[in-house]
Amino acid sequence: MEQRIGVFVCHCGTNIAGVVDTKRVAEALSRYPGVAYSTDYTYMCSDPGQNLVREAIGEHRLTGVVVAACSPTLHETTFRRAGSAAGLNPYQVEIANIREQCSWVHQADRERATEKAVRIVKSMVEKVKLDEALEAISVPMTHRALVVGGGVAGIQAALDIANAGHEVILVEKSPSIGGHMAQLSETFPTLDCSQCILTPKMVEVAQHPRVRLLTYSEIEDVSGYVGSFKIKIRKKAAYVNRDVCTGCGLCTEKCPSTTPSEFEEGLADRKAIYTPFPQAVPNKPVLDRDHCLYFQSGKCGICEKICPVDAVDYEAEDEIVEEEVGAIVVATGYDLYPIVNMGEFGGGRYPDVVTSLQFERLLSASGPTGGEVRRPSDGQVPDEVVFMTCVGSRDPEHHMPYCSKICCMYLTKHAMLFKHKQHDAQAYVFYMDVRTGGKGYEEFYQRAAEEDDVLYVRGRVSKIFEEDGKTVVWGVDTLTGQKIEIRADMVVLGLAMVPSDAARQLANKLKIHIDEWGFLSEAHPKLRPVESLTPGFYLAGAAQGPKDIPEAVAQASGAASKVCALFSEEEYHREPIIAWIDEDTCAGCRVCVSVCPYDAAEFDQEKGVAKIQDAICEGCGACIAACPSGSAQQRNLTDDQIYRMVSATLED
Amino acid sequence: MKVPYYPGCTLHERARDFDASARDCAKALGIELEELPIWTCCGAVFPLTTDSVMEILGAVRNLAYAARLGDKVVTLCSFCYNVLKRANKVVRDDPERREKANLFLRADTEAREGIESYLKGDYVGQVDVLHYIEMLRDLVGFDEIEKRVKKRLEGLNVAAYYGCMLLRPANEMEFDDPEQPTIFEEFLSSLGCNVIDFPMKTECCGGFQIVNDEEIAIACSQTVMGSALKRGADVVVTTCPLCRYNLDEKQKEIGERVRDYEKIPVIYFTQLLGLALGLGEEHLDFSENHVDPRPVLAERRLL
Amino acid sequence: MRVELSRERVNGELRERVEELSGQHLSACYQCGMCTAGCPVVETMDIVPSEVIRLLQLGDVETVLESKTIWICASCLQCASRCPRGVEFSSICDALRAIVLRKRLSAPKVDADEVSSVLVSEAPQMGVVGALRKLNG
Repeated sequence: MEQRIGVFVCHCGTNIAGVVDTKRVAEALSRYPGVAYSTDYTYMCSDPGQNLVREAIGEHRLTGVVVAACSPTLHETTFRRAGSAAGLNPYQVEIANIREQCSWVHQADRERATEKAVRIVKSMVEKVKLDEALEAISVPMTHRALVVGGGVAGIQAALDIANAGHEVILVEKSPSIGGHMAQLSETFPTLDCSQCILTPKMVEVAQHPRVRLLTYSEIEDVSGYVGSFKIKIRKKAAYVNRDVCTGCGLCTEKCPSTTPSEFEEGLADRKAIYTPFPQAVPNKPVLDRDHCLYFQSGKCGICEKICPVDAVDYEAEDEIVEEEVGAIVVATGYDLYPIVNMGEFGGGRYPDVVTSLQFERLLSASGPTGGEVRRPSDGQVPDEVVFMTCVGSRDPEHHMPYCSKICCMYLTKHAMLFKHKQHDAQAYVFYMDVRTGGKGYEEFYQRAAEEDDVLYVRGRVSKIFEEDGKTVVWGVDTLTGQKIEIRADMVVLGLAMVPSDAARQLANKLKIHIDEWGFLSEAHPKLRPVESLTPGFYLAGAAQGPKDIPEAVAQASGAASKVCALFSEEEYHREPIIAWIDEDTCAGCRVCVSVCPYDAAEFDQEKGVAKIQDAICEGCGACIAACPSGSAQQRNLTDDQIYRMVSATLED
Repeated sequence: MKVPYYPGCTLHERARDFDASARDCAKALGIELEELPIWTCCGAVFPLTTDSVMEILGAVRNLAYAARLGDKVVTLCSFCYNVLKRANKVVRDDPERREKANLFLRADTEAREGIESYLKGDYVGQVDVLHYIEMLRDLVGFDEIEKRVKKRLEGLNVAAYYGCMLLRPANEMEFDDPEQPTIFEEFLSSLGCNVIDFPMKTECCGGFQIVNDEEIAIACSQTVMGSALKRGADVVVTTCPLCRYNLDEKQKEIGERVRDYEKIPVIYFTQLLGLALGLGEEHLDFSENHVDPRPVLAERRLL
Repeated sequence: MRVELSRERVNGELRERVEELSGQHLSACYQCGMCTAGCPVVETMDIVPSEVIRLLQLGDVETVLESKTIWICASCLQCASRCPRGVEFSSICDALRAIVLRKRLSAPKVDADEVSSVLVSEAPQMGVVGALRKLNG
């Protein structure tokens, strides 16, 4: 076919024209084989500039376009659209970068810069000559989302997606949604009762007509790709028929078997058949067979006998639910850094050295001590309580190197709430820096120090031990250079946030990227904070990194809006500049299959060749580089095209 | 079984009781501690400056001597253990200092031509440094020791004092958890003692500062012994002659300054082991002790 | 009195020597005070460990070399063991002592002739040897 390429050389004001003689470039290209039309213009990206392209395509029957201008990251889409509007295939419109790669870096030598610009444009003309007309790859988009994790971030994401008119499946591994926020007493900086602000959302999401809530369930398997993920969910056997159960609580009351409660962080017990907390959603019990007398020794069976509606069913089994979704939001939340790792603080050995979540339970009105702060060892109300920041964080030598972001604020909150309950008691906060970056946070901290007389001691704690019924804290005040000893009644450790235990295994199942600490990796740390690099996966909440509740909620809504954008079309369109494999020359060695980070290359047993799944391939080029026979090529960036581009650049 | 043994200078002098009880116990457990025929002081402290070569030569040479006898050397004194093990690591990990040290060793060998020299070939870290308690755990086994105990030390409240040099730096010593070690407690359990854990068991006794300023050692000793006393210890065991001296002797001053302070004996863990294995009193020389352990042992009907 | 900081003062030769001899990066210290909090002999010191490092960070090596602190360190390594940034204060002390002892900037803290006869006859000799090596060079 006759090639009729159009070349448009942009001045970009003086950015390009100030160094490169754009008229000369246009003139040189007009004589280049295959070029049917060549011109220059001041601002190609402007409306008249784009019009120039559109009109020229029609007038000169162009088969391809090269716009010599700034970096393609800026306006490639602009000119592809312009070309498309005029009836040219968008993938036959290319950008020749003569600004970042020419005029901006050769400002001292205009003659040679112009010559270089000519070469650059010629090489792009060679590329366009062999560009194929490509179509964006369409995959069907199932308008249903999966949200993994029923904490505040998962709940928010589910609500936002459902309210936008799409179906959502919300999967949570504990018997109730709510996550750690449900365990908190009050939230900073407003000191709102945590459950009071959370439970309306919990109820809303449970009752939402478009949300299918699966608690006590885990993700078993994920396959497929964006637009059509195939999910298997394991609904763990609760041994209680939730459709029949009225939530009367008789079974829990009569159950003789107890075990430490996860919700109460081990400070109180729960029964084997239980609901985790009074405001649980759904408010139906589950039976934990590992601690059930009937399942462990064949005795008891009281719950079954006593249930007025015969909801208890010992024969129940795990159920696998299969669903198809178009997008997945991962909101698996956090755990606290294990207290047993803090040997120097007697972590796990001294009952009065507690974790921050344990202290929340002590502060909470619905907690094991009815909201009175009492120390675990003997139930006494403490007079002197030490709060420690940076426990397990900011310590690259022994623990986590990162700052866990929320500990300064939540320990300030703890100290404040403690002082509100015990006016005559003394609260000390050992800190290195008090980090109060959010709205109202600095004022909150000042209030704690000034109004509630919390004593902030700048320095770390080196050792904690028990002596004479006291918990002795050995720290330092670096501001006066003095070693400090406090004979405290209780110590609260501000433990770092780490990704939840299950999250790492889940990330492997989902094949999404996690960082070295197990936090989910975002696609770009600044500009793409709510999505994973793997298409179709979105991130929300503490699973992506330590953050507070407003940030988790904002991120959840952000992830939801991305999902909605995905769902705004019937089909999902992907860039077609991806790999393809020439079946005629492919030897079936499968190197491409082993190097593909996205599992996009697969081996066709029947034909004995490899194939690329268009819907998954990201065009990274790994298989193309690895292919020993050169059968794997990138569309519109073939070895042949590259060779011709190089030749054009080096031509005399 | 023979195990190469490096006693260190103090165990041949001030701490003969430690050396004797250790040898006798080892023999009773079927191990012959084979003392290196030639050895010198290890240097007593490990130099922390990055350019030290001369300062670790003594230790490296002892390791080179040990290499002639086998692939491991066992020692008792915490400081010797620390110096030898850390010097060993320098030889293993730092090629520049290894080469410099071996230059000296080679010159040393040449100089001793007429005398039987124990150095043949470079020392490159081929010997593992073991502490006696590691030897008990790994070559004998605490369960086996429990079987051989003739006199279970029931009713005796024993606190194990670790001190600094066994544990730190943790990534080099790899002896036990530096904050909550348990190896000695496990050992004491096998002897039938009532094991007393106390929070100051890894705090410094003052070390060599006893020579510079006695007050430092008294303050440190008070911290450690006061804590052991509070937890109800009848006796404190240690594995370092300097720790034993600081903790034991300075109780005199502590007793003068602190009301209600009761002195408790500080002995070597091998002396306790000897007692439990049924070795007679003549094997448990307590003549160096300021606070005599015999009364409390007799009180618990162990003597 | 206002202390003047300047490029020369903060990056002086002595400060570099301390870092070289000790193998420690002084700027890694974020002044958390863990070393001071855990030091068993800090009560006798005139400048506490975290402050010693601060003075070095500000370029004031002279004050530190004249302190009592560096002669009181027992090399117990608790500071080095617990430091969250991996800064070994014990090594910095050794380096500072080395600077004084190697150049004989002042009289050694422990004089071989002056060690009490009681100690020599009763104390384990490892203590005397250790003290002389660390405090006398």
